[in-house]
Amino acid sequence: MPPALAAALAPVRRPVLPALPVRAAGLALLLAVAFVAIPLTATDYWYNAILIPFLIMALAGLGLNLTMGYAGQASLGTGAFMAVGAYATYNLLLRLPELPLPVSLAGGGLIAGAVGLVVGLPSLRIKGFYLIAPTLAAQFLIEWVFNQVGWFSNYASSSAISAPRLVFLGYDLSSPAGRYALTLTSVSVVTVLAWRLVGSQTGRNWRAVRDGETAAAVIGVPVARAKLSAFFVGAAVSGVAGALWAFAYLGTVDARSFDLDRSFQAMFIIIIGGLSSLSGSFIGAAFIVLTPILLTHLSNALLGGSLDGGQISNLQRILFGALIIGFLIKEPNGLAALLGRLRHPAR
Amino acid sequence: MSFFLETLAGGLLAGVMYALVAIGFVLIYKASGVFNFAQGAMVLCAALTFVTLTERDVPFWLAGLITLAIMVTLAVAVERVVLRPLVNRSQITLFMATLGLSYIIEGGSQFVMGASVHELDLGISDLPVAIGPIQLSSFDLVAAASAGALVIALWLFFERTRIGVSLRAVADDPQAALSIGIRLPVLWAAVWAVAGFVALVAGLLWGARQGVQFSLTFVVLKALPVLIIGGFTSITGAVVGGLIVGAADALAEIYLGPLLGGSVSTWFAYGLAVAFLLVRPAGLFGERAIERV
Amino acid sequence: MSRLSRVLGAAALAASLTAPFSLPSTAFAQEAGAPAAKQYIPLATYRVGAYASSGTPVWGGTIDYLRYLNEVEGGINGVKLTWEECETEWAVEKGVECYERLKGGRDGSPVPLFLPHGDPITKALTEKSAADKIPLLTTGYGRTEAIDGRVFPYSFTVLFSFWSEASSAINYIAEQVGGKDKLKGLKIATVYHDSPYGKETQVPLDLLAKTYGFENIQIAVPHPGNDQSAQWARIRQIKPDWVFLRGWGVMTAVAIKTAAKTGFPVDHIIGGIWSGSEEDVRPAGSVGKGYLAITPFPAGAEFGILKKIKAAIVDQGKSDLKDLKSFGSVYYNSGVIETIIAVEAIRTAQARFGKRPLTGEETQWGLEHLVLDEARLKELGADGLVQPLRLSIKDHEGGGAGKVLQWDGGKWNIVSNGWVKSDRELLLPVIYERAAAYAREKGITPRSEDTAEASAK
Repeated sequence: MPPALAAALAPVRRPVLPALPVRAAGLALLLAVAFVAIPLTATDYWYNAILIPFLIMALAGLGLNLTMGYAGQASLGTGAFMAVGAYATYNLLLRLPELPLPVSLAGGGLIAGAVGLVVGLPSLRIKGFYLIAPTLAAQFLIEWVFNQVGWFSNYASSSAISAPRLVFLGYDLSSPAGRYALTLTSVSVVTVLAWRLVGSQTGRNWRAVRDGETAAAVIGVPVARAKLSAFFVGAAVSGVAGALWAFAYLGTVDARSFDLDRSFQAMFIIIIGGLSSLSGSFIGAAFIVLTPILLTHLSNALLGGSLDGGQISNLQRILFGALIIGFLIKEPNGLAALLGRLRHPAR
Repeated sequence: MSFFLETLAGGLLAGVMYALVAIGFVLIYKASGVFNFAQGAMVLCAALTFVTLTERDVPFWLAGLITLAIMVTLAVAVERVVLRPLVNRSQITLFMATLGLSYIIEGGSQFVMGASVHELDLGISDLPVAIGPIQLSSFDLVAAASAGALVIALWLFFERTRIGVSLRAVADDPQAALSIGIRLPVLWAAVWAVAGFVALVAGLLWGARQGVQFSLTFVVLKALPVLIIGGFTSITGAVVGGLIVGAADALAEIYLGPLLGGSVSTWFAYGLAVAFLLVRPAGLFGERAIERV
Repeated sequence: MSRLSRVLGAAALAASLTAPFSLPSTAFAQEAGAPAAKQYIPLATYRVGAYASSGTPVWGGTIDYLRYLNEVEGGINGVKLTWEECETEWAVEKGVECYERLKGGRDGSPVPLFLPHGDPITKALTEKSAADKIPLLTTGYGRTEAIDGRVFPYSFTVLFSFWSEASSAINYIAEQVGGKDKLKGLKIATVYHDSPYGKETQVPLDLLAKTYGFENIQIAVPHPGNDQSAQWARIRQIKPDWVFLRGWGVMTAVAIKTAAKTGFPVDHIIGGIWSGSEEDVRPAGSVGKGYLAITPFPAGAEFGILKKIKAAIVDQGKSDLKDLKSFGSVYYNSGVIETIIAVEAIRTAQARFGKRPLTGEETQWGLEHLVLDEARLKELGADGLVQPLRLSIKDHEGGGAGKVLQWDGGKWNIVSNGWVKSDRELLLPVIYERAAAYAREKGITPRSEDTAEASAK
């Protein structure tokens, strides 16, 4: 049997997960590290440059994963949805200061979700790779809108926005530790919600649409509703990530912070981490966020001053691209599957 | 009225330049079924190589040949090393692979040849030429003529030669093509090589237009709407799509832009493409995909 | 997959995730004991990406001047300098990461100031650097409101803000047409990069247009500006008298070429600071002849300090530049100029706090009290290169003037009469208003001039 045919007929390999008690213990350990160990030991640098961006990009990737990994709807609009979330949260914080911070964040996410819903409408007619086009159109259009329409950025001369004040329950969250707490809590809450959603009927409908749209329609899955809800939820999650990116990580963003490169980044995260795998979004985000930093440290340590910063960056780019291609070839189901197989070599 | 004609003419000529890049995409799509995001990086690589050689006083024609050889080698290597192992994967995966590839080519080109801006002088002067009441750029006219010649050559290649017919067979059904003895590796190599050549021509013309530097890779972002409108699998479609996108962009920029208070060309072409997708998904000249359960 | 490769894979993954832990920590280290001998200055640079060709000469100027200081003058009052580059690719995240990684200082020397080199990076770091008490030094770019040091104690938009750039350009045009009263009725079109950077000049131009009576037309060019045929076709339609070009990256060269293509006289185009270097004009080729640019960084290798750098560093093969053609270019000189400003600020602060590596707070005092008059500039060999500066708490810009250069096909020649000043009296009140609005939005209490002096150590 020609190898191509065999590959086409092989069953889809799902990441192999260990038994439930082991997973629960692992998760508990991870949460303990995140909520307890890190705040006790981390430095400013770790918060500001590593942990916070990692968590936020994981969330953005999670949003895209719901739309693309679970429901099979390709989307390059993640940057735009993040932008909507950021600007919406900003306006809520600015114009309705009585609302507590979490409500504004959630509100920003919901508004982003609504925008995602509209962007997802073409998916009812367009399938597969071509769906990239309307999401790209949205990406460029939304970036343009925030650049042009001064109202969104409160008429700042540069369409740049920054959080008025990050305060919750009287605590000022603007310190690195405070922002980390905000990010971690938000990401945890949203992840739990996503996990419940994925296990519910909606999640099953999504997977049905992804695996075979025509067949799903035949057996009565509400395809249109599934697609639109995938876009809604995915965009909402990315929107929350965008708001966090603006206020908990960078402090200031303008319309260009959420450009096409951001969308590509999110897509890389879920492909490398593993499509339709929640943990994959985190693993992928760790890879994408940490690799450049790691490479910088490595090249400083090993190569010292023999290559200038530019050459090192070019090497990093080459290495990054090669790693991406390598992963795509060798491990189609992403790092999540790779790690799963490391635990269970027999399968 | 003459202003409208001038805008339109300028837009059409710009559109030819876009079509030139889009043709490279069409070739690769026909051969490997993938939207090759790395085409932009290949254009940059070609232009940089050429300029680096001519700056070292290598004569034009020799620099052109050397660059061509390098581009062809690169294209063939890409096909073997990246595309072949991914042959049955989803289009999105292939697209992401080409994205990773574009990183490698960009990083590699700049690592070897540096990141500074180079002037590329092809000896074509760029003074305005008056045709009737409207003014056109002589450079753009020459570019349009070159692109036209290229298109005719490619059309002949694909319609009238054995390779072209074989390619259509492969695009239709790779297994069947294999079974009747079409040698896929040779075919793929040939098509990718031609795509490399097209990248060279596009690189030279775009480089002469705006200087050879990193932002050459951005031309790829205009290619997608061109392909959606014209069809991914048709060279004629690439040309027609390019003309449409170029003209629409220019007219929108002039007439719609001031209304909305800013430049609209970042998204207008994409909006147009989406409209086409909703009405005619395969593009004007593309092949309609038949969906099976 | 074999066992061995699996184990190796797992080990590699684990190592990659924990490696940053094991690398030397960059925790803020300032002991009360013996002071270190060298002052550490982090350099956020970009040598790759779309703007690399604009950046590389700048670092050349900076690093050559720092080397010159160390080798020829023995540092600043005997305190030598060390520096470290961090690649930002002009991208916000990398800029922020660089800042966070390097802000703690090195080998006992704290960070005296930070040069972000990038508009988006500057905006992202504004609040962080204020919290960390490290002044941001932005010469020829940066937030215009930061001129008001009462609201922005740690942001210094020294030398030439974008508002001053716009105003100086208008004043130069006024000189060309015979006086400010002749501006009335003129049509001046601004072709700008459609980004926060490009839009920064819309407000001042609006104000100046109302004041002087010229027509102000704004034409946007979407990033990156590869194709401007539509914009210049519109210009052909409007027929402005002058064009003010606020470009960045490839946009400038394409603008000049397209202008020539459509028949607009290139010698009536004035480019701003970041459209005004050799790297911007050269790709346009021969049609660029006559193009004007206004900049606080004059080109040329004849200035005293540059001659000294050439003798001591460049000719000895110690230059950071790989392409020596860039020596004396606008961007190379910008690196020298901003480093001179940084060094003189540190020197000013050393006079008060002692001849040792200084902290950000101390350097902030130095910056706010920086005076570079004609006499001092002559001493430095920088008269004509750096404009006279006087900073204060209400004026973090200090100068606000630029020179106009003209491209002759091979190099820049200075065509303005010395420094063309901007209309500061007109602009400052509006700038103060905007700073106050920012303070209100952020809940910042502006410093008053007395408390600032009192709180300095």
